[in-house]
Amino acid sequence: MSAQTRQPVSEGPPKGIGPMQRREMWLAYLMLAPTFIIILVIVAGPLLANFWISVKPVQLGDLRPPAVLVNERLRGDPEAAGDSATLEYRLRNSSRDEEIRDVVLKDEVPAGFTVTGLPQGCELTGSALSCTIGTVEPGWRDRLGLEGTVSDVFLAANRPERASEPVVTGDANNVLTNFEFTFENFSRIFSADEFWSVLRVTFYYTIFGTGGALVLGLFAAQLLHTAFPGRGFLRGLFLFPYVSPVIAVAFTWVVLFDPFSGTLNALLTKMGVVSDPINFFGQRAIEFSVFGIPFEFPLALTTVIAFEAWRYFPLSFLFILARMQSINTDMYEAAEMDGATPLQQFWYLSLPQLMGILSVLFLLRFIWTFNKFDDIFLLTGGNAGTRTLTVDVYEQGFALSNLGAGAAVAVVVFVVLVTFATLFIRFSPKEEGL
Amino acid sequence: MRPASILLTAVTGLLWGVMAMVVIGVTLTLITGEVALPQATAAGLAGLLGALVFVWRCSAAGAGGAPAWAYSAVVVFLVLMIASFAAPFTLPLSVVPVWQGLALIVFVAGVTAAIRLCLRDARFGPMSRYEREVIYIRIAKGIGFVVFTIIVALPFYVMVMTSLKSQQALLANPLDLSIDFSQGLSGLTRSYVELFTQFNFGRYLMVSAFVSVATVVLTLLLSVPGAYAVSRLRFPGQALLARSVLLIYMVPAIVLVIPLYAVFSQLGLRNTLTGLLIVYPATTIPVALYMLQGYFRGLPAELEEAGLMDGLSRIGVILKITLPLSLPALASVSLYVFMIAWNEFLFAFMFLDDPDIFTLSRGVVSLNSSEVPRQHLMAGAVIATVPVLVIFLWFERFLVQGLTAGSVKG
Repeated sequence: MSAQTRQPVSEGPPKGIGPMQRREMWLAYLMLAPTFIIILVIVAGPLLANFWISVKPVQLGDLRPPAVLVNERLRGDPEAAGDSATLEYRLRNSSRDEEIRDVVLKDEVPAGFTVTGLPQGCELTGSALSCTIGTVEPGWRDRLGLEGTVSDVFLAANRPERASEPVVTGDANNVLTNFEFTFENFSRIFSADEFWSVLRVTFYYTIFGTGGALVLGLFAAQLLHTAFPGRGFLRGLFLFPYVSPVIAVAFTWVVLFDPFSGTLNALLTKMGVVSDPINFFGQRAIEFSVFGIPFEFPLALTTVIAFEAWRYFPLSFLFILARMQSINTDMYEAAEMDGATPLQQFWYLSLPQLMGILSVLFLLRFIWTFNKFDDIFLLTGGNAGTRTLTVDVYEQGFALSNLGAGAAVAVVVFVVLVTFATLFIRFSPKEEGL
Repeated sequence: MRPASILLTAVTGLLWGVMAMVVIGVTLTLITGEVALPQATAAGLAGLLGALVFVWRCSAAGAGGAPAWAYSAVVVFLVLMIASFAAPFTLPLSVVPVWQGLALIVFVAGVTAAIRLCLRDARFGPMSRYEREVIYIRIAKGIGFVVFTIIVALPFYVMVMTSLKSQQALLANPLDLSIDFSQGLSGLTRSYVELFTQFNFGRYLMVSAFVSVATVVLTLLLSVPGAYAVSRLRFPGQALLARSVLLIYMVPAIVLVIPLYAVFSQLGLRNTLTGLLIVYPATTIPVALYMLQGYFRGLPAELEEAGLMDGLSRIGVILKITLPLSLPALASVSLYVFMIAWNEFLFAFMFLDDPDIFTLSRGVVSLNSSEVPRQHLMAGAVIATVPVLVIFLWFERFLVQGLTAGSVKG
């Protein structure tokens, strides 16, 4: 009653969510739920977990939680029905520094084995055996013997004690889930001398890799802009580096540039361009001097950047070509009438039109190049001055088996990335719709 | 007569002469295995004089007789032979004479054609800025075509040819990238046969195919409803969601690897294909969702509204109207997801230890050791590349559309 009086009739369109719209909303949430859950579990979860692992002293070996290992054997060598025998369980704590609490062993007594003597703490219900062992020390070992007699059924069967696996349960401190924190990982990676060089290499690689791919892509797009016979074929060919598996092209480059049996070095030495083979992926720097000033040319890093530009120019090529073909040709005809030369047309007409797509490509490629791991890992393994942050994650976490330090580097990667992304979203052009 | 015009003509000829000689000399070396030292200076001189003659004959047009390019070709040939003492590739004429002859013909024809294309309207008299720039651009484009084709095709050529060689042949002459037919078909394909019989590559191929197809199916099952909801249904948070999809595919895989490795190890999912099939769709769903929602937006909403009016449910509308209309988009998304899953390396490398469930990427990495000869490694690379390239060439149109429509990750 009061609601009606407060709301005048001529309010305009109804506000709030009606029943139909609410149904639509729930349908939308339902349809998005699976995607949402899988992204949450596989992407958002690990991102947060990285922060957790990065403040934990966890090694690769700690991933296997401490457990009681058990080995079941039959002792006493029974030959006829009624002979006595012992089922022996040998138990061992797999960890040398963690105790395990509430250890319980469960097993099925094999058919035809009549139990005569139970060890302390064990109970037998039917054929189900359950032994409560309690807390065990680090490095603990023990044996449990189950005395009994055997029947014909038992003797006839092939190793009947193997019929059921004994199961041991117990609680142990898991370094991943306890509340012990340390900043040692971060202090270790930040104090390492190489960290700052890794950071520098990462930026060189990202900036020049992105720039190289863009420039090559722009050039290739100019080549294939006008129609000619064989254009479709060339366009397909130019996309090969991008669609082939990274593993295939990376190994091909390694074989091609190999200092001992590589084709390129053989060509260069046989044709007298260089006297000794060049180890393109293995030599950190070439030293030379201009007017007495010594310079260092980072050879392996340059080769890796060249690979990056070679592999990803097709992507920018495709985008730029698509954009160029949508530019209205009237403009060029008008410019032609006004006497603009071809280079002027490119500089004053094409480039401004392409600026939007070029900057979007730059942003996307910048981030993806920054994220790139496979290429460098396969080409040089991060050696010879090519270790970027992403390769460092692998190096710390898996090569040096220090998961905590690896996660700490991953946190650094993530923080740098978030910084870029925020900057880019602020300054990116809106009209390209990416 | 203007010195600038003459200089432009001369430089054009010089560039093409040197370029053609280097490219043809290297090609000759790689095809025959004989080291051909290209005589770049002689070739440059030949190109230079050929270009001058071409432009001179063009300006003297109307005099009748042979066309200008014919004079040019003769001059290129003669100058090259004289300046290089009749050995343009520094090989005695008795060595691989057929190939040398062929290379010579290709050189003369190539240089003449290039000169003719680049200097079509050139003259020795004054040229406007427009005319000069047209020539610059022709030269740049010509060189661009040659360089791009070589840098793209050479690695693939080396990959295939190395895989067809024997160990001895590779060590004896790394420059010889010809096909040695004398070893017969079984000799040529020895690496492939060994990979399939001894290195279990048939199984890797099956596993890769299974994983990729399963990833495609899972991705489509999850992303089609999601994309439809984002593009068609109104709900609070829609705009935010549509934008954050992009952010997700900027998250680097390497950042996810350590936590996933830790958790999957504890859950026993690490060394299993189930583990891979959980991770792969998670990395492809954002891309698929982004590509599909863009396409769904472009479909006319009236069709769907008509379906709703006629009594179809939302699910019915999606199945009977939206999906049939978006088959091209579904095709390009499927192909693209297939490619991502097929080419994926990092997770396969980190998660799989058991050779029975290696994917091809993981299998090829296991060949990268000093004990396995490199023709095997290259044969593995070819086996991993061929399926994806065949699919790409077959469906290129769809893929190119999809790639540009969806702004794709790599």
